Amino acid sequence: MTFTPPARDDQNLSPSSGVICMSLQNVSISYGSFEAVKNVFLDIPHGKVTAFIGPSGCGKSTVLRALNRMNDLIPGCSLKGRVIFDGHDLYDQRVDPVEVRRRIGMVFQKPNPFPKSIYENIAFGARINGYRGDMDELVERSLRKAAVWDECKDKLRESGFSLSGGQQQRLCIARAIATEPEVILMDEPCSALDPISTLKIEETMHELKKNYTIIIVTHNMQQAVRVADMTAFYNAEAVEGGSGKVGYLVEFAPTEKIFNAPAEQSTMDYVSGRFG
Amino acid sequence: MAIPLANAAPESVSGFKRGTLFFKPNLPRNRFNVLFNSIAGVFATTAVLPLFLVLAYVLFKGGSLLRPDLFTQLPPAPGLSGGGIGNAILGTLLVTLLASLIAIPVGVGGGIYLAEYSRKGWFAQFVRFGNDVLAGVPSIISGVFVYGAIVATRIFFNQSYSALAGGIALAVLMLPTVIKTTDEGLRLVSNDLRLGAYGVGASRFVTITRITLPAALTPIATGMVLAIARAAGETAPLIFTALFSPFWPEGVFNPIATMSVLIFNFAIMPYDAQNQLAWAASFVLVIMILLANLLARRLAARTKT
Amino acid sequence: MTGPNKAEAFTLRRRPAFEKLIDNGFRQSTILMAAMVAFVLLAIFATVFLGAREAIGTFGLKFLTTSAWDPVNERYGAFTAIYGTLVSSLLALLLAVPLGIGTAIFITEDLLPSRLRDLIGMMVELLAAIPSVVLGLWAIFVMEPAIRPALGFLHNTLGWLPFFSTVPQGPGMAPAILILVVMILPIITAISRDALNQVPIELRQGAYGIGTTRWGAIFNIILPAAISAITGGVMLALGRAMGETMAVTMIIGNALNFNLSLLAPGNTISSMLANQFGEADGIQVSALMYAALILMLLTFAVNILAQWVVRRLSLRY
Repeated sequence: MTFTPPARDDQNLSPSSGVICMSLQNVSISYGSFEAVKNVFLDIPHGKVTAFIGPSGCGKSTVLRALNRMNDLIPGCSLKGRVIFDGHDLYDQRVDPVEVRRRIGMVFQKPNPFPKSIYENIAFGARINGYRGDMDELVERSLRKAAVWDECKDKLRESGFSLSGGQQQRLCIARAIATEPEVILMDEPCSALDPISTLKIEETMHELKKNYTIIIVTHNMQQAVRVADMTAFYNAEAVEGGSGKVGYLVEFAPTEKIFNAPAEQSTMDYVSGRFG
Repeated sequence: MAIPLANAAPESVSGFKRGTLFFKPNLPRNRFNVLFNSIAGVFATTAVLPLFLVLAYVLFKGGSLLRPDLFTQLPPAPGLSGGGIGNAILGTLLVTLLASLIAIPVGVGGGIYLAEYSRKGWFAQFVRFGNDVLAGVPSIISGVFVYGAIVATRIFFNQSYSALAGGIALAVLMLPTVIKTTDEGLRLVSNDLRLGAYGVGASRFVTITRITLPAALTPIATGMVLAIARAAGETAPLIFTALFSPFWPEGVFNPIATMSVLIFNFAIMPYDAQNQLAWAASFVLVIMILLANLLARRLAARTKT
Repeated sequence: MTGPNKAEAFTLRRRPAFEKLIDNGFRQSTILMAAMVAFVLLAIFATVFLGAREAIGTFGLKFLTTSAWDPVNERYGAFTAIYGTLVSSLLALLLAVPLGIGTAIFITEDLLPSRLRDLIGMMVELLAAIPSVVLGLWAIFVMEPAIRPALGFLHNTLGWLPFFSTVPQGPGMAPAILILVVMILPIITAISRDALNQVPIELRQGAYGIGTTRWGAIFNIILPAAISAITGGVMLALGRAMGETMAVTMIIGNALNFNLSLLAPGNTISSMLANQFGEADGIQVSALMYAALILMLLTFAVNILAQWVVRRLSLRY
């Protein structure tokens, strides 16, 4: 098995482009005995949108979920290596995953509002995070930031399910930003939505990146081009002697470079649509 | 690579307190968690404890009485000791067999109707609803029904209490389970299989008996085994239908001893020998039922793979 | 094709009349068997109602409110048994619901390794398979003597309350309630476990994703999402508890007189039926049928309510 270290373009990650928010150091993740992704080195810049792209099964969602320890909920899932955030390894014995998730929020593939009113969907997270302030104001601010206020303002007491799919997803984004996390992880947030809702959520992301670090998994390359400052391309290769595939990070660079002049041939093949 | 890691929290933190990432056991929320983890643990232990105790007593008290006589001899007269429960073991097998012979054909037929023929008409809805109601009827009521309809009317050759009456009372209890498992088992069969059979010109009858029923055999068999095991342990429908008999079974039109009624009758007798036999009968009954449940689990596990 | 003519190889192509007959006959017979359910149900109602008619005519609604059960003077009232049925099943439910739901949470949420969870789940299911009469035997010879000191303590400290005003002396309402708890616990646990398992994984992830703790997610998101199915299961368990006969009959004491104390012997409709039906004659049979009718209507109402609750409260995920 040949392991090529991921190409890292240090010139483009110059200090002037900001500080590093999260740093993955030789991260490998397995489900039981099956290794899903291996040897990822990645420095995610602060205050930017970073996209993870790659063919299905390359481990991009797995890596994303590792960033706020959502993989803890999957039995048998284990991680080797280090994920540094705020000066700590998130997988340190002493770290509380609940605390991690409060500071690194997440939006999921399928909209998953809680079976509560629209207002409570937002307020619930804030309340458990110990918010002491004007709740009405926070609800409005969050819904506005997620660009769903106009559709919701007259029915805050109605169930979150009364909204359309796209609105539900923006409600989930509002729910995530209401707790004022430092990082928002988005796992293919538009894959279940129609093009118009997708466009609205992308606009929302442009707004949000002023205040937040956003990491988004997408299988839509145009979306990566539209929203992301930085792009990480993952690929999967067959494990020798095994039946499964293991994912790895091929290349991480500014989006423009990934799509116009990638360093690796496989990146070029993927972004030009020759496979995947 | 002199790139600093972001240590400072972003400026927009308002109204939220941010601590370190480390786990702090003294936080109210973590204490709350520990408290409820232990409550749930204590509850689960309390729920499992009776099973342990009941099984332990039945296996030790009943198992220690195990001897060959138990299976070959009749129960002793009150006040005497020794004897066995041979007639009750035979009786339980016979009454359960009768119940199965009635409930399984009728229930499988009804289940086939619901899964294969019925549309959303009122009749199918009524049958489904009726089946749910019947499943909720207390077991003693089925005994009262058979007493009123069969025992008191002496409908069978002018006989009142009989093994057959007991079998019918148990069949009434088994019927809803059999219908439900057949219905649900058949619904699991992919519709493509049916269409494939119709496609080669098979009739409904052939499709059901040769294709869908065999495909649904394991879930249906699992349900049947559980239903039979349940019926074998039922007592309430038998007390005044099959009644009891200190003798060997004398055909299906006479009263008959069963293990469950024997346990009931002998448990409340003031004689030690009878109490001992009640424990022994419990042992035999529980072992039979546990074996049936293990068999059902085996069957169910086979479906999954 | 070796045959001279293709058509001859398929002689069955035109369906013979008898095959159509089988096909149709099979269909008709399954309809008949499905109709048996309705027939049995109506026959049960008819038998019990007709049997009870004489007692209904004689005692009327006073049967529900009087507690005399006097075969010598042929005066019957079922209040003691109705009260016993309701009190024993409701109190058993009160104890079993937290235990059952707590156990279900314990074996569905990530508190334990999955092997251990499955083991506990299987054991609770096996508890459901143990015959009622065996539990009754155990209750008489093991449980009741073991808890008598505790009940005595209850009497000594809370004896001023009418519910604990008698000295526990063996069979009684309290041990009957405890054995009912053992019997309905598996139902509540199994149904709650299925309900919790059906809460979509996305909802769980959503809750954990905004930083709830395990019990924060359980109380605020997971339990509310599963509540309708759990409530339905609890109602089903209530129906089962009201109709449960053997274990209760063996341990409740079968008192004919009304007593408010839970430590004194009591009675339920089903244990009254189990005890007296075999030896009754005349209007006593009819009075027992009347009681059976009441029990049927009670369980029927509870079961219908259970189905309604499940449909009414069910949330869309």
